[in-house]
Amino acid sequence: MFPEMFRYHVAGPVNDFINNLIEAYGPVFDSISHGILSFLLGVNSVLSFIPWWAYIAVVFLLSWYSSKKLIASVVLASLPFVIGMFGLWAMAIESLSVIITAVLMALIIGLPLGVLMAELKPVAAVLRPVLDGMQTMPSFVYLIPAMMLFGLGKVPAVLATLIYALPPVIRLTALGLNQVPKPVEEAALAYGATRWQLLKEVRLPLAMPSILAGVNQTTMMALAMVVISSMIGARGLGQEVLLSINRIDVGRGFEAGMSVVFLAIVIDRLTQNMAKRWEPPKR
Amino acid sequence: MDAPQQQDASAGVPGAAAGMEAILIRDLWKIYTRKKGMSVSSSDVENEELVEELDKGEDAVVAMKNVSLEIRQGETFIIMGLSGSGKSTLIRCLLRLVEPTSGDIIINGENVTAMNRRQLVNFRREKIAMVFQHYGLLPHRTVLQNVTFGLKLRGDEKEGRKEKAADALEKVGLKGWEKYYPASLSGGMRQRVGIARALVMDAPILLMDEPFSGLDPLIRRELQDEMIHLQKVMHKTIFFVTHDLSEALRMGDRMAIMKKGEIVQVGSPDEVIANPADDYVSRFVSDEREHMRRAEEVLAKNRAGKEGTPHVS
Ligand SMILES: Nc1ncnc2c1ncn2[C@@H]1O[C@H](COP(=O)(O)OP(=O)(O)O)[C@@H](O)[C@H]1O
Ligand SMILES: [Mg+2]
Repeated sequence: MFPEMFRYHVAGPVNDFINNLIEAYGPVFDSISHGILSFLLGVNSVLSFIPWWAYIAVVFLLSWYSSKKLIASVVLASLPFVIGMFGLWAMAIESLSVIITAVLMALIIGLPLGVLMAELKPVAAVLRPVLDGMQTMPSFVYLIPAMMLFGLGKVPAVLATLIYALPPVIRLTALGLNQVPKPVEEAALAYGATRWQLLKEVRLPLAMPSILAGVNQTTMMALAMVVISSMIGARGLGQEVLLSINRIDVGRGFEAGMSVVFLAIVIDRLTQNMAKRWEPPKR
Repeated sequence: MDAPQQQDASAGVPGAAAGMEAILIRDLWKIYTRKKGMSVSSSDVENEELVEELDKGEDAVVAMKNVSLEIRQGETFIIMGLSGSGKSTLIRCLLRLVEPTSGDIIINGENVTAMNRRQLVNFRREKIAMVFQHYGLLPHRTVLQNVTFGLKLRGDEKEGRKEKAADALEKVGLKGWEKYYPASLSGGMRQRVGIARALVMDAPILLMDEPFSGLDPLIRRELQDEMIHLQKVMHKTIFFVTHDLSEALRMGDRMAIMKKGEIVQVGSPDEVIANPADDYVSRFVSDEREHMRRAEEVLAKNRAGKEGTPHVS
């Protein structure tokens, strides 16, 4: 047995800290919460407004347009159809709203941070260990601060997803910018590029494949949070999975699980094809 | 330290209006530091012991020592030296892609070393254009967009850009290739794009850092000839770096030979061949002499052969 005399708790101080934080900055958290929620609801109502067949058509057309593979495009477009067959359409849309909201926020925060990380050494020195930490931390842990500050529901789900999904887009943006060949940068400088022109005309376009790979990974990580974030009250496919687990309803869980996988496959293919289109042309 | 041997007595007085040098380089030093936080100030270069210590150590590279040169308007000036002798460092200092540790660079009367950021950007946009050994083309832009890149950076009108680019592409023999991407071009063609990109700027000074070194000999020869041909009508001041003496002899009006960061000889190609300043230079030259001797022998043999058997055909 671990001796009683060494026992020491931080739970109390942490709770106090959070309580004080909420007391002092309550309105700030409220307005953040409110902003995220209204954004999320906006995304959700747009997504719900689009008829189901339009999704299938868009998936098919995007896939066809970028890959020119007929069978692959048909298969890809049939995946959302199967989700509908399982009766999980509304839930999928709900999950998708959380994912899209979180990913958009991750891009708004992550892209500039990635650029800063590539441009300024001190920023990189601070961010790198933080990102390492964020990625090695078990994803459940993110639920705790999100819940502490925002309670239960969609908003903390978006925040937990955001924090979990943020590192790849920052990292791959910075990586892409740093991998731009030195001779190309040097030539741009020699012709009188300002730092901003260098970024806009040379570094960002050349980093684009890497940046989009980051967007892809971020989206995939956001999807991976679907089930976990439903533990703090996000509705959608994750909730369905959780319910099935609780009721030991394997079949229902299988349907919900497959729907998450299908969603992931569709989003993965589409974002990857987008990334390919940004590769520098070979001809 | 051996002083650079100035064989050319006719070098003009600095600043004299009529014979104003295109490029004036005075006591230029570059010391690269490798260790974090280590810096060398411009006064440090006067401390001979310190420089020697840095030169020996691992933490710094003395890439350029006390270089002074005068390049005249309209001449093709060659910098020659073995790899690692500091040629690229020197040429990059002229537009401050590399910051010199100490010394002055005066180009057409403007003190480049004293320019602030804004002035430097304008100077690079208007007064000087550079061609690189590794081309430095933008892979995501077409040939046309690459050629107009410098014009776009300085904010030229779109219409004028296209016209100028078409003109430059015609000069380098790439008419009809506007829509291709660099990846689909051969090395020689890529460098033609690089040259067109420089010509289109209409800058009085052209910097070329081993522009033809990566090309195979026939293409290299072709581009050298075209460059010579273009220069006959352009009359630009060309600062040309090479490690190839035969290229230097073909292209250069005057040349400087660089060794371990120092200029060891300046003169016309003929003077350098006739009077190599030291062993280092004569090693370059003896190779070239060997080539010439053999060429002459072959020619002589050929001639003798023809005279001996006049009716063989
Ligand atoms: N950015 C740099 N940092 C440190 N050392 C450098 C750097 N660039 C060049 N050097 C060193 O300076 C010396 C001269 O290099 P360089 O000017 O490229 O010579 P060259 O063009 O004649 O081959 C070499 O020893 C090289 O290793
Ligand atoms: Mg070099």
